Amino acid sequence: MISSSPAREAAGSDVLDWVQAILAGIVDPEIPAISIVDLGIVGGVTLAGGTLAVEILPTFIGCPALDLIRATIAERLAPLRENVTTRVERVTVTISYAEPWTAARITERGRTALTASGFAPAQREHESLPGLVNLVARATCPYCGSRRTVVENAFGPTRCRSIHYCTDCRQPFEQFKEG
Amino acid sequence: MALAEPGLEAATAELLFALADDDFVLGFADSEWTGIAPHLEEDVAMSSLAQDEIGHAAAYYGLLAALTAGDPDQIAYDRPAEAFRHARLVDHGRGDWARTMARRWLYDTANAVRLEALAGSSCGPLADLVLKVRREETYHLLHGEAWLERLARAGGESRRRLIDALELVGPDAPSVLAPLPSESALVGAGIQPVAGAELRKRWSGRIDPVLDRLGLALPAAAAAALDPLTARSGHGPAFAGLWTEFESVRGLDREATW
Repeated sequence: MISSSPAREAAGSDVLDWVQAILAGIVDPEIPAISIVDLGIVGGVTLAGGTLAVEILPTFIGCPALDLIRATIAERLAPLRENVTTRVERVTVTISYAEPWTAARITERGRTALTASGFAPAQREHESLPGLVNLVARATCPYCGSRRTVVENAFGPTRCRSIHYCTDCRQPFEQFKEG
Repeated sequence: MALAEPGLEAATAELLFALADDDFVLGFADSEWTGIAPHLEEDVAMSSLAQDEIGHAAAYYGLLAALTAGDPDQIAYDRPAEAFRHARLVDHGRGDWARTMARRWLYDTANAVRLEALAGSSCGPLADLVLKVRREETYHLLHGEAWLERLARAGGESRRRLIDALELVGPDAPSVLAPLPSESALVGAGIQPVAGAELRKRWSGRIDPVLDRLGLALPAAAAAALDPLTARSGHGPAFAGLWTEFESVRGLDREATW
């Protein structure tokens, strides 16, 4: 049988690599500059007994983009079921809290992409004060790199973003929140 | 997902209903500020807080659905008003800005104490969820305390309205931490590792210094706010209106898929 599907090379243990490649091509619906993998919201991905199970770790519990992200993942992974070599019979996408998302899960490539899009990536985790680091520490301006910035609002246009102002280059900007 | 051991399903559901309904009712009441908050930044903040609460409620309803093999939306929207188990504190209706802020601060501080204890729950899925909820609640605590301080220190009408609000909702504030009817079973099984009386002691330890610093006082607790049989039932007319509102869209077509 001749197949032009990339699954021909993705048989057996390579299936999960193929899945990762597909997931890496799905962008965040609210910030299309970053993939859901670089954003760190993809948790465990397992294939057992014909079930391909993908876990999603929400940045914020009430994120309204979650349903769209889940639906997109299910849609993009659906073709794996049609290729017998993958042994995928069904795809499940579930939301998990077993390991909470934090900004530390954003990859270096993701942080670079966020900065290039005018977002200050969340600062590193402050273990004893979850969430506080964003408001206590000064965000770095994504435009001029200055640390002379102020918090305008801890609550931004989406739940995962806060609003800041750079007193040097006088630009308002957003920061991806700690989560 | 093993949410509860045999025999503990009803007690676990009672705890989840309390957590879920508190956030759901408060979230809906707070969402009424969208578009009419005192200024634009606050409009965004209140909408975010409300969105968080509804999101947390949805996650708790999800656990309830897993426990009862039910549907989260049905649990949230297809219950009669009298079946809701939110605390008396969040039953007062939106009121003015001072009442909203007083209620938020009292609720957030009490909820923080409750969630801290539940992080050690023997119910694994609940403990996992609570870990994430607590991170988000950090923002709520900062917001609430900033507004309490701002209204208290402003003097004049702001302070007067804040004091009126504390007089009105304050007696019901301990209802959030009142013992649930199944408390002994919940504590015994470690599902709720800390009893309500101890939680209220910890809560007072947190809020009393803040109130003292601002020259404010919380009125004595209402007896009904501490009684397991009344702390989360016998809702007033404000909730009847809110329930009619939030149930109305789903009520148009209960089979609709969103």
